[in-house]
Order: sequence, then structure tokens, then C-alpha cells
Amino acid sequence: MRIDQLKHGLTAPICLTWELTYGCNLACVHCLSSSGRRDPDELSTAEAERVVDELAAMQVFYVNIGGGEPLVRQDFLDLLEHAVASGVGVKFSTNGALLTRAMAARLAATDYVDVQVSLDGASKPTNDAVRGEGSYAAARRAMDHLAEAGFGPFKISVVVTRDNVAELDDLEALALGYGAQLRVTRLRPSGRGAATWRKLHPTASQQRHLYRWLSARPHVLTGDSFFHLSGLGEPLPGLNLCGAGRVVCLIDPVGDVYACPFVLHDQFKAGSVRGPGGFAAVWHSSRLFEELRAPQSAGACASCGMFDACQGGCMAAKFFTGLPLDGPDPECVLGHGKAALARVAPGAAPSPGPGHSRRAPAPGGVRPPDPARLLPVLPEPPPGAG
Amino acid sequence: MDATEPTTRLDPPNDPAARAGTDAEGDLVEDDLVEEISIDGMCGVY
Amino acid sequence: MRSLLTTPDVAFDPERRYALHPQVALRSEPFGALAYHYGNRRLTFLKSASLVELVRGLDRHPSAAAALDALGVSDQDRARLWRALEQLEHAQVIHPLTGGDRCASTS
Repeated sequence: MRIDQLKHGLTAPICLTWELTYGCNLACVHCLSSSGRRDPDELSTAEAERVVDELAAMQVFYVNIGGGEPLVRQDFLDLLEHAVASGVGVKFSTNGALLTRAMAARLAATDYVDVQVSLDGASKPTNDAVRGEGSYAAARRAMDHLAEAGFGPFKISVVVTRDNVAELDDLEALALGYGAQLRVTRLRPSGRGAATWRKLHPTASQQRHLYRWLSARPHVLTGDSFFHLSGLGEPLPGLNLCGAGRVVCLIDPVGDVYACPFVLHDQFKAGSVRGPGGFAAVWHSSRLFEELRAPQSAGACASCGMFDACQGGCMAAKFFTGLPLDGPDPECVLGHGKAALARVAPGAAPSPGPGHSRRAPAPGGVRPPDPARLLPVLPEPPPGAG
Repeated sequence: MDATEPTTRLDPPNDPAARAGTDAEGDLVEDDLVEEISIDGMCGVY
Repeated sequence: MRSLLTTPDVAFDPERRYALHPQVALRSEPFGALAYHYGNRRLTFLKSASLVELVRGLDRHPSAAAALDALGVSDQDRARLWRALEQLEHAQVIHPLTGGDRCASTS
């Protein structure tokens, strides 16, 4: 699919990510949405139902629900059932801690629902170093519940890090054992990931290994998150381009619309579903999306033979590492990004801000998992302004 | 809802077949008109 | 973008009457249309306005061949549309209607 065929905009997103809450019982060190505390202004149930109705009217086929931890919301299952009843398929992403047997049974009885359990290591030590003590066990319990309830194939989604590349084969075996689909995605320096990316992102050598590993396994999903590796050979399956604002976007828990979940920053905020024209108006007419849908300058990559394949990589990866958007990706396979990173002044990269983290991440380095292990589910906030 | 109008030409002007003229081989050399991907095949989603 | 379609191994029968698969939602787009199959979770790009028109009108004709005739396209375009219909059947976006529909009258 040529980019110019998509550049005039679509009648609706192909895939829409909807972060339902900023609340989360975990505190993963790389959380793209800096989740933890609920926001008092989160969309009410009634507002969320109206969003579902809008998506159905726009014929959005499929929505990816995440957060934070979507199961933290008491109305989650009702919203999910409203969505599928309206013709909008749902995939939701969960850490599994709150996925009880009863919930697994209810999900197994619901059509047009996909479940994606997050896991960042095939072994407890590797996983829990990133996601917190007890998170591996919780994820495995959720998978067991889904399997026992006869849910059918679910997805196991892994963010590839320097420390889990060595466990890819084991993760594949784990998925096989459950009859589940393995999904591996790219670590972006977004949210809390901004502080941990330098130490966690795969090395260049690991990236090459990952590319070869994925090329041999077209059944492993990637969310098209490795198109920056297209310069290494045949492109991996997917659209192979940045979908932000073009074929995808994000609705956040307070109804703000961003280009994608990895750019939670004012510079990439397109509008709000609470505005007069709702989500549709933002999708069709926001200035940010119009800009993103216009031809993008190759900039410093213009003379590179790989640009056609890699499209200059990921906007979020460049933005949060302080690189210019019209230049190489920080993980450019030819090493141009590494050179560019060396020229970024300390402290110059845009900050994702504290977000809804329970406490501010330590500057630089990998923050150790919160010693509170699985944190208690925070209470529902008082009714918001919506 | 379908805004397309009937046409005897296959595609709008950016259709490579239209630009290139008749293909002497009589076989397809351009991209197929149908392309399939997984719903997971878009970057920027969970 | 790498297409995951292989050469269809199902014999596309132009004399049969076809229709959009009931589990498929078709959404018009500037480039043509998107088709999403709620059963197999596949997303298909239909990259031609004529192809979309053909697909939408399939069940109004006694056969796929008749539907293609009704479009009035050149031989070269016809070949491309033919191949597209084969691919769409393989992707289960369209399916043959059963129950003695072969060349049946549509009125």
C-alpha cells in the first residue's frame, strides 16, 4: 500500500487505540502512558458509551483498549459488550492481575473480543525486573484462566528489550503451549520509557537478530512496530509506515485525542472528544492530523537509499530522544541515528512529564520495580465534570 | 455512503496502468488491486 | 507493503453468483475501500473504485461474469479485476451464493 494512497486521509481510523484509564495496579518501568493514578477527569461511563456510538457510526471496525490497566474500571466489561453489540470489535490489553476466572468465562462467551496479555520475559526474573514483582505470576494466572474458560487463542504481547531478546524462543514456546499468538513490539522512549530507554532498548546487533528472527516467523505479530528495520532486507508484514494521525490515533482517558499512544505530549494532541464535533470532527479536521497527512520531508534522510523502505522510522522515537523529526530514527539500522543522538544536548529532549505515575521516575537508569509489588487497585474517582 | 461514481477507466490518474499505457505482456506488472494485512499490521496501536 | 496473499488455490467460478461475505464490513475510502472480516480478523484493501463498485453490485447479477460485463471495462482492466475477485474469494471477502443460484434470474 503506497503511502500516497493513504495520505489524503481515511474516513475513519483503521485501528484506534483507546486508553480507558490512567489507573494501574502495576508500575512498569517503561510504561508508555506513565500510568498509575486514576485521573479525576476520566470519561464517565455515559461519555464512554457515546464514544463507542461515534466509533460505530464511523464504522471503526476494531478498537484496541488499553490504559493503564483497563480492568481497573468497573464499567469495563459493560463498555466492551456495548462496543461489540454495536459492531465494533475489541482487543484489550491487560497485565492480567485482575482477570479472574469469572471474567475469563464472561469473555469466552463474548464474540468479537481479543485479549492481549502483556509479558516482558519468558522467565520471572526478566519480566519482573521491568513490570514489578508478582507481575509474571499474575500474567500466567490470567492466561491459565483464559485457557480453562475455553476462550480460544489470546495474544501474548512482549515489548522487546535488551534483556528479553535472548528469551524470544522461550516466549514463542510459551505462546505455543497455550495455543496463543505471540506478539512482539518495539520499545519506544515514551512515558516512563523516556527515562529507561537508553539502558533497555536493544543493541544494534540484537536488532539485526530480531529482524532475522521475525523474518522467519511471519505468524508472530508485531503491530508493524519494526518498520524502522526495513532497511535490513525484505519488509516485515504490515503497512510499514508510521500510522499516527493517518490510519491510527489514540483517545486518552480524559478524552484527549493524540496522534498515537507513543506521543502523549501537547505537540501531538489533536483535540478532544468532548469538543463540539466529538471524535469525528477531530479525526477529519484537526490541524495536527492535516499536517501529518501532508507529505513529510525526508530532511537529513533524503539522500539515503534506505529512506523508501524505512520512511525515517518512528516519530515518537525521534521526538522523545530529542532528534529532529525529519532525520534518522535513533535506532537507524545504518547507524545514522546513533551519530545524531550523540549531538543531542543533555536535557534537550522533550519531557513526557510525570504523567500519572505514582511517583516520578528516577532520572536516567532503570528504576527498580516498586517494592510494593502488585499495588492495590485505587478507588474509583468521584464523578468527573463530564 | 459509497461516493464512487461509475467509470470505464479502472482507476484515478495515479493508477500506474493508466500512466504506463498497455502492457505488452498482457499480464499484471503493477501491484494487485487487493492487498490483505492483519488488523495488527498498523503501527501506533497497542 | 508485503501482501500476505498467495496464489488462490480455490477455483473461482465466474458462472456462480457471488456476494459480499455476511461477516465482512465494507467501508469506502478515497483509495477504494477497506473490507474487514469479523470472523477471521483480516483486513483487506480494495485499491480501485471500479473494484469496489463491482463488489458492491455482485449479488445483483446472476453471475460474477455478468457483474464484470456490466462494468464495461477494457480487457486489461477486466483481467486485473478478475484476479482481484479471485483474491477476494480466497480472502473470504466474497463468497459464492448457494442454492441453485447458477445463472438464476435476479428479479
